[in-house]
Amino acid sequence: MPADQALRVLIAEDGAADRLLLAQIVRRQGHEVFTAENGEQAVALFAEKRPQLVLLDALMPVMDGFEAARQIKALAGQALVPIIFLTSLSEDDDLVRCLEAGGDDFVAKPYSAVILGAKIHAMDRLRRLQATVLEQRDQITRHHHHLLNEQRVAKAVFDKVAHSGCLRSPNIRYLQSPYALFNGDLLLAAFTPSGDMHVLLGDFTGHGLPAAVGAMPLAEVFYGMTAKGYGLAETLREMNAKLKRILPVDMFCCALLLNLSFQRACVEVWNGGMPDGYRLSASGELLATLASRHLPLGILAPERFDDSTEVMPLGVGERLLLLSDGVLDTSDEQERLFGVERLQAVMAENLDPERLFDDVLQALKRFGGRARDDISLCDIRMVEPGFEAPAAMLYSDSGRSSPLDWSLGLTLRGDSLKRFNPVPYLLQLLQEVHGLRPSSGVLHSVLSELYSNALEHGLLGLDSGLKRDASGFAEYYRQRAERLAQQVDGDVRFDLRVEPHGQGGRLTIEVRDSGAGFDVEQVLARPAHEQGFSGRGVNLVRRLSQHAQWLEGGRCARIQICW
Amino acid sequence: MAVETDFSRDEKKLTIKVKGRFDFGRHQEFRSAYERQPERPDTVVVDLKEATYLDSSALGMLLLLRDHEGGDDSCISVINTSSDVRKILAISNFDKLFDIS
Repeated sequence: MPADQALRVLIAEDGAADRLLLAQIVRRQGHEVFTAENGEQAVALFAEKRPQLVLLDALMPVMDGFEAARQIKALAGQALVPIIFLTSLSEDDDLVRCLEAGGDDFVAKPYSAVILGAKIHAMDRLRRLQATVLEQRDQITRHHHHLLNEQRVAKAVFDKVAHSGCLRSPNIRYLQSPYALFNGDLLLAAFTPSGDMHVLLGDFTGHGLPAAVGAMPLAEVFYGMTAKGYGLAETLREMNAKLKRILPVDMFCCALLLNLSFQRACVEVWNGGMPDGYRLSASGELLATLASRHLPLGILAPERFDDSTEVMPLGVGERLLLLSDGVLDTSDEQERLFGVERLQAVMAENLDPERLFDDVLQALKRFGGRARDDISLCDIRMVEPGFEAPAAMLYSDSGRSSPLDWSLGLTLRGDSLKRFNPVPYLLQLLQEVHGLRPSSGVLHSVLSELYSNALEHGLLGLDSGLKRDASGFAEYYRQRAERLAQQVDGDVRFDLRVEPHGQGGRLTIEVRDSGAGFDVEQVLARPAHEQGFSGRGVNLVRRLSQHAQWLEGGRCARIQICW
Repeated sequence: MAVETDFSRDEKKLTIKVKGRFDFGRHQEFRSAYERQPERPDTVVVDLKEATYLDSSALGMLLLLRDHEGGDDSCISVINTSSDVRKILAISNFDKLFDIS
């Protein structure tokens, strides 16, 4: 017999002759044998030698085989140590007792070497099977622990990246199941330099690691571009191009992106493949849905990607409810899905919008009863523009290399006016000036306002009076997209001048357009509260900069900032 | 077979029928349905008449098929979609890539 099939066998038999005979049979079959004269000795020997198989006489002095079997099985634990009873008993009841005490089989006296050999062999097969099962179970457990640990570490790293944003802002409430990331869900929020808030709720196809892998580059683009002052359209284009480049063909990311402008009291939305989001009034009525109008990110080639967004007003106290499909796909015991209708019923029944978030969670709990790990829910409230502009980024250099005497002109015309956003580039340049760094938020706001005024009112001739109410608001942005799609005549010119001034310096920004201009006196004379949604740009610019002037019949806006 | 194929040589049209759940479990079958064709079809029809369910990995599989058939130059229709399936395809705006009916 090959050595690896040889077993350590314990034989307990009180009859000396039988004991010798048995030991001889078993030894001849190639096994190692230990012998005991009674149950007590058998248990002690078992503990000491750890045999792999036990032959046990049922009736023995001191401790009988039944009790010995129980104790041996207890000592063996989860490993299978087959016990074969040696018995001259022939009553059914006695044989049953043998099995009940933990015996696996029995052989009747007188012993047949052939039968005994076959039984030992069969029991050994069982023993090995059990050992394999246990080993594999332990291996799976180890792998599982390992995987959980890896997920924990990956999540900790990711949380540092993802939550470097402003998800903790008091106007945001969100729930993400702890391991939603590994189901491909992603929620990010960050302030732009001018204090707008960008929010992304995303959902990668697939589960586990593959779904989580794409989240990191997406978060990087989101935070990087938001911090630099890029708008939604540019950020979306970059995210789509990046995901298209790095993801396999069958993977993509459904995403809903928002730009929440507290200053302008409006929200800009792009939804590609996410369930409808909802815009709700301060008293909880459904005002509009933020419906998916685009293909998810990472599918279309950059040149075919559609970055068009929708803009809607969002007054103070109004709110947005965003969700991932895990919410709608929560199922009950009959595998029915929670679905859009039930969600809308919860919204209709809700009396206190502050509690809507809890109402939805409760409804899910009542419906499904089971916690899912791919639920993302986010409630965002519009608040007064307190202008707690995000802290300016800290720089460590001394500022000695800071350029303090220069000027720059930049003129945009034709197609450049349609897609290119010059503001982040100009902002980056201005941030080279040490003394302007603390003002990057103000600069971003001012440059953005002046540029959009020059483009929208100056060149496109849009009437800001349209934006007085919600429907006019939508009409305004519809007309804007329509006119931009046509040939745009004329140009917008930026002139920046930085010069030393006293101990510090002075920045002059002039933004000129070749449009028709406007009656400066009359617009500036209008009190702010009469202007509704319109005219905010002018007010904002005046509030933020020390010197704001409109020259050349409204075609040139000039502001100065000193430090 | 949960995925059946039929290739009409006259029309150079490949029809792929998916039965039951159209999810990750069908991945291999669905792929070989179009990869094993000896000839390149002009059009591909994905028939979902007997498909009961469709998840996001099925959307991924449709994208793989589209890529295989030439991406933007491909001509793929998805037919016999139930209202549930149509809803899923609509949220993702897949009608911009496929002819869905």
